[in-house]
Amino acid sequence: MNHLASDMHKETFVLNMGPQHPATHGVLRVKLVLDGEYIVEAEPVLGYIHRMHEKMGENRTWAQFMPNTGRLDYLSALSYNHGYVAAVERAAGIEVPERAEVIRVMTVELNRISSHLLWFGAYLLDLGGFTPLLYAFDDREQILDLLESVTGSRLTYCYFRFGGLYNDIDDDFIAGLKGFVERLRSRLPMYHTLVTKNIILMKRLKDIGVVSADMCRRYGATGPVARGSGIDYDVRKNEPYSVYPEFDFDVPVYHEGDSMARYMVRMDEIEQSLRIIEQAIAKLPEGPIMAEKAPKIIKPAKGDYYHAVEAARGSFGVRLVSDGTNTPYRLKLRSPSFCNLSLFAEASQGMLVADAVAFMGSLDLVIPEIDR
Amino acid sequence: MSGYFKEIIDGTHSLVAGMGVTIKYMVKPVVTMQYPRASVKMTARYRGHIDLVKDAETGESLCIVCGMCQKACPSGCISVAGEKPEGAKKKVLTSYRLDFTKCSLCGLCVESCKPGAITFSKDYNLAGLTKDEFIFDLKKRLEER
Amino acid sequence: MNPEVSRLLIYVVAAIAFVALNAAMLVWMERKVAGHMQGRIGPKEVGPFGLLQSFADGIKLMTKQLIVPEGADVPLFKVAPMLVMIPAVMCFVTIPFSETVAARNINVGLLLLFAIASVNILALLLGGWASNNKYAVISAARAVSQNVAYEIPMLITAITVVMFTRTMNLHDIVMQQAGGFWNWNILPFTKNPAMALVMPISFLIFFTCSMAETNRAPFDLGEAESELVAGFHTEYAGMGFGLFFLGEYANVFIGCSLAVILFLGGWQCPFGLAPGIHWFLIKVYSLIFVVMWARWTFPRTTIYGLLNLSWKILIPISLFNLVLTGALIKVF
Repeated sequence: MNHLASDMHKETFVLNMGPQHPATHGVLRVKLVLDGEYIVEAEPVLGYIHRMHEKMGENRTWAQFMPNTGRLDYLSALSYNHGYVAAVERAAGIEVPERAEVIRVMTVELNRISSHLLWFGAYLLDLGGFTPLLYAFDDREQILDLLESVTGSRLTYCYFRFGGLYNDIDDDFIAGLKGFVERLRSRLPMYHTLVTKNIILMKRLKDIGVVSADMCRRYGATGPVARGSGIDYDVRKNEPYSVYPEFDFDVPVYHEGDSMARYMVRMDEIEQSLRIIEQAIAKLPEGPIMAEKAPKIIKPAKGDYYHAVEAARGSFGVRLVSDGTNTPYRLKLRSPSFCNLSLFAEASQGMLVADAVAFMGSLDLVIPEIDR
Repeated sequence: MSGYFKEIIDGTHSLVAGMGVTIKYMVKPVVTMQYPRASVKMTARYRGHIDLVKDAETGESLCIVCGMCQKACPSGCISVAGEKPEGAKKKVLTSYRLDFTKCSLCGLCVESCKPGAITFSKDYNLAGLTKDEFIFDLKKRLEER
Repeated sequence: MNPEVSRLLIYVVAAIAFVALNAAMLVWMERKVAGHMQGRIGPKEVGPFGLLQSFADGIKLMTKQLIVPEGADVPLFKVAPMLVMIPAVMCFVTIPFSETVAARNINVGLLLLFAIASVNILALLLGGWASNNKYAVISAARAVSQNVAYEIPMLITAITVVMFTRTMNLHDIVMQQAGGFWNWNILPFTKNPAMALVMPISFLIFFTCSMAETNRAPFDLGEAESELVAGFHTEYAGMGFGLFFLGEYANVFIGCSLAVILFLGGWQCPFGLAPGIHWFLIKVYSLIFVVMWARWTFPRTTIYGLLNLSWKILIPISLFNLVLTGALIKVF
């Protein structure tokens, strides 16, 4: 007997948007209790890709933890490099030369653009539009080629070091970067014509997944999710670090709180990152890329330190507890996607499954950084 | 009522504009590279697995068997062994094993090597049938070059 | 043998062969069109320009094991793909490819086509229900409501053409459009210039509805890959899936050929010179190219957006069109 028929006396049934699903952007399992097509209850189940990064932090020296930072959120690995390195530099009191800081900002913003481009393509793929993914990847290839010529890696970078950088950049990189900025600026209107102004997309994103500012505060959502709900908080402006205070850029904030607002925040962020890159190229000073007084073996003083950076998905925080030895005592990583995902359970009640997929895509989750 | 008609007209216009974009890209040349008929030129800094550097004069490696790379590696992939021959001042390298199945290409070993004896290779066409094929004997690779 | 019977047999075999070959050809065309729009080449290794790729895929599908999931309703499960193919092949009875190439010239050809094509919906529902899979049932239900909603504007716009041409005989409809493209029903300047107001709108509505009827993107919720795995044909493996695919492409061909016959002059040449089957095929495949173009450009609509489009926009406009057509025919 068809087991669906036996469920008929109950109104709801349980559907697993399982660990393997094209739209959950990683191994995320969401237990949905559905009433027909409407979601009554949604429960994300995590842990399918828990790799114990925080425990590894306790067993490796400060320098040996660097490759792990690139594997947390592999799409914006340089921001995570930056967060960890800045936290240790704050703990050990190392000064970074200005050239290194400016190059750090340049590469981090490039990485932010590549992360947003991939989000854009994957989001539209979830919604059924297959072509913008490949256009976005075409642009992203250029970024990856540029960053490969500097760091040697395409995705999981391990480029920053305590006190500066691993390699210096050369003139080819600057020339390539200028060409890229021009090319992407000329392609952005095409994205808006093909996707943003499309009536089908607007119907799919407007008023879907409305998240109020109060809800964002309760769950600790940061990044484009919070900025799409009207909270004007960007770690680069509110808790300034590195040389960001010297750059002139806007923080896009939209107040509607629906998926369209979050989409527009990220598209505007791409433009702002292009602005920052241009300013960084203009103000790149000469000088060393590594601090002279950076010790070979780092041993920060005993204490409890915290540093947050603005990754592509929100505020990434690193909390170090050092006991004076050459391995951390405790290394806590605050990943933005974890808090963004926690919005899903409350906000998805009463939604259609298709709208829930659109909502999850607009949160821009990367599951490996949730599970660490 | 006027909003109804405006929506229809704007909507149809956006659909036609979108179709205009894709047809424009259809007639442009393709952006893909036909691998494996054509292969990519690797950048100078591409991080393949590490290789020993050949000393131009002696033809041997520059390694002084200090073990810094072995200590720096977070994954424990490197095992270096050396011996001090009779009457020599420095150690000579006898074996350098790299377990590439664990390597994360972080570059801490290359950075920590004082004489600059190891560097990244440009090998990317690595495919093997067993796990042992990925445990590289770098000294043997140096001698074969 | 009776020449009538042998003629019929030839047409039946030809129709089935045409459906199969058409599906292979359309799969190749779809992949090439998709590839070039996305800045890449589609298939290129198997055969020149990848032409033999679809045959290779067909052979692969035929050699796969036909799995029937546990708990599925076996007779219904096995019948559903066949139910998709049979109406598709049957519709070829009345479609006139050219003046001489037509299986049967039925006087109410248009009505017959619509009647047979509606059986397709039954097959989707059966396939989804019999699969014993929650995803498949949801998507089958969606597909049925979508198909019902889009049948209505399609029929109404077909009625406007019938009111204008005064016949349901597909052969006669095309014969009336002989001459040049100024005689075509889409902009009938020579026959009744006032109709040029309503006919293009009818064509657009008919074309959109035929895209929705055949579950093509952006209306392909039934097969929404990233939401419901593969919708009503999730549990079908091998040739069962292949038959659904073949049926879908055959339906695309039938929908576009109906649009060509009713509005674009069938096998008539745009300049009245050399009418023949080649013009018919050129026009149908151009329209199919537009269908594919739309698929690869737009994202998918939601079920509510889809139903709203039909009930709140297409049906009122097509009803208004119908009334206007009647008035214009009476007056002019």
